[in-house]
Amino acid sequence: MLIITCPYCGPREQSEFHYGGEAHIARPADPQALTDGQWAEFVFMRSNVKGVFAERWNHSSGCRKWFNALRDTSTDRFLAVYEMGAKPPQIDAPELRTPAGEPLIGSGNDETKVMTEAEMTEAEMTEDLGGGS
Amino acid sequence: MTAKRYSLLSLFREGLNGHKGWQPAWRAAEPKRRYDAVIIGGGGHGCATAYYLAKEHGLTNIAVIEKGWIGGGNAGRNTTIIRSNYLYDESAAIYDHAMQLWKGLGRELNFNIMMSHRGVLNLAHDDNEMRQLKRRVEANQLNGVDAEWLDAKQVKEYCPIISISPDVRYPVLGATLQRSGGVNRHDAVVWGYARAASALGVDFIEKCEVTGIEIENGKVTGVRTTKGDIKTGKLASVTAGHSSVTAKMAGIRLPIESHPLQALVSEPLKPIHNCVVMSNAVHAYCSQSDKGELVIGAGIDPHISYTQRGAFSILEEEIAALLELFPIFSRLRLMRHWGGIVDVCPDASAIISKTPVAGFYINGGWGTGGWKATPGSGHVFADLIANDKPNDIAAPFTLERFETGKLVAEHGAAAVAH
Repeated sequence: MLIITCPYCGPREQSEFHYGGEAHIARPADPQALTDGQWAEFVFMRSNVKGVFAERWNHSSGCRKWFNALRDTSTDRFLAVYEMGAKPPQIDAPELRTPAGEPLIGSGNDETKVMTEAEMTEAEMTEDLGGGS
Repeated sequence: MTAKRYSLLSLFREGLNGHKGWQPAWRAAEPKRRYDAVIIGGGGHGCATAYYLAKEHGLTNIAVIEKGWIGGGNAGRNTTIIRSNYLYDESAAIYDHAMQLWKGLGRELNFNIMMSHRGVLNLAHDDNEMRQLKRRVEANQLNGVDAEWLDAKQVKEYCPIISISPDVRYPVLGATLQRSGGVNRHDAVVWGYARAASALGVDFIEKCEVTGIEIENGKVTGVRTTKGDIKTGKLASVTAGHSSVTAKMAGIRLPIESHPLQALVSEPLKPIHNCVVMSNAVHAYCSQSDKGELVIGAGIDPHISYTQRGAFSILEEEIAALLELFPIFSRLRLMRHWGGIVDVCPDASAIISKTPVAGFYINGGWGTGGWKATPGSGHVFADLIANDKPNDIAAPFTLERFETGKLVAEHGAAAVAH
């Protein structure tokens, strides 16, 4: 279960929220001018990032407001929340070691871990890692 | 290298010999500098692709590279359900192609895949669902897929432990039955394919992650890995759970979103559940493994994640659904639960396709139901790689369909909420 910090209500359980998918996909300014390829890009193609990902959430069982979040999809850590319409804030997040970078609890290939065990322990001692179940 | 044949005689001989003569099922290989084709991903579909490339297309100077170990990804995390009762012609063709291959696969690979055609029930809980499922039965029969309709009483006869009480929120009104559907042993399938492909000369390189794809003038020339660079003119990505990550290395965007899908198993029981039961409406599916554990699954977590973990609230809904169908399980303890990452396409159908980069092929986006397709998927993907042209079965599953609009919308028959 993720703990999600609603910018209006504070930290709440994930079950209070609805997911809104990738953020910042701009509607075409001139839809008539779009080719089939451009429509496919707008309607279907998604960045599906492994790493820092901008997404939308709706606090549907709370204040019912939409907001954006930056979350690391390789660890489920929330890095920032910000208002709809705002640009994503600059954040200082560790890069994945390899393209398949995995959290400590992953498929078991140590070479692809995002953090080493020592780094994980250190992070746990200094802050709540958020995310995870 | 030829693998030693597994047989009753070899088992007997090894028994007398203290089981000292067994050999590894496949060779552990180090990468060569150059291959005719390289397959990224050593799961079920990847190993099947390698096997059919070697066996049916004579391509033996090929390698499977796998970031973890063979079968350690989604192949080891699914609930092993086999069926082919999809609605549309395109889907029926590929899933039933797989079904026909499943039937003889253990014998072909000389590996006991523990295939059990015990029948799959897809339940209907309201009039509308009943109409849809009956339509699906008709469509299946027209496509030569075995399917029949059972009313509630017949469902109870086929699966005696199910509750058909009308006194619940979503009573069982009937079900489709595919008798050839069933379950098998996931590890055995992957190991069987790897062993058979290895015997034909395919190199399996484990703990080797792809870090980049080399492209010159719009054509694949090689792949960079954590074990060095490999030259190849044909590169095939079969990286379910990471399809977008791999495609991105070739500069390709996919219509895929990756979600956690959770599953769980109970403590082992004596044989009690004789078939596979799936329900879209109350949303759970359940079978019993040969070890006696109930294998239980349900829907995906809604958010995009690569963590192989999901929310407990999803499991709670799943168990509530299961207990409405099987009140008999209410005192069971659950033993393990886990998650895998499923790559979901907007039309709930897979991508088996060439790409804008010549020599780079993608097989992925199977959503929550890739396991059942494993042999069929590998078979047609090998054909695509060898001939650089999709065959009739693979042709509808191109990447271009998202541009032309010719989608294969299988949300209804995919059985799990995408």
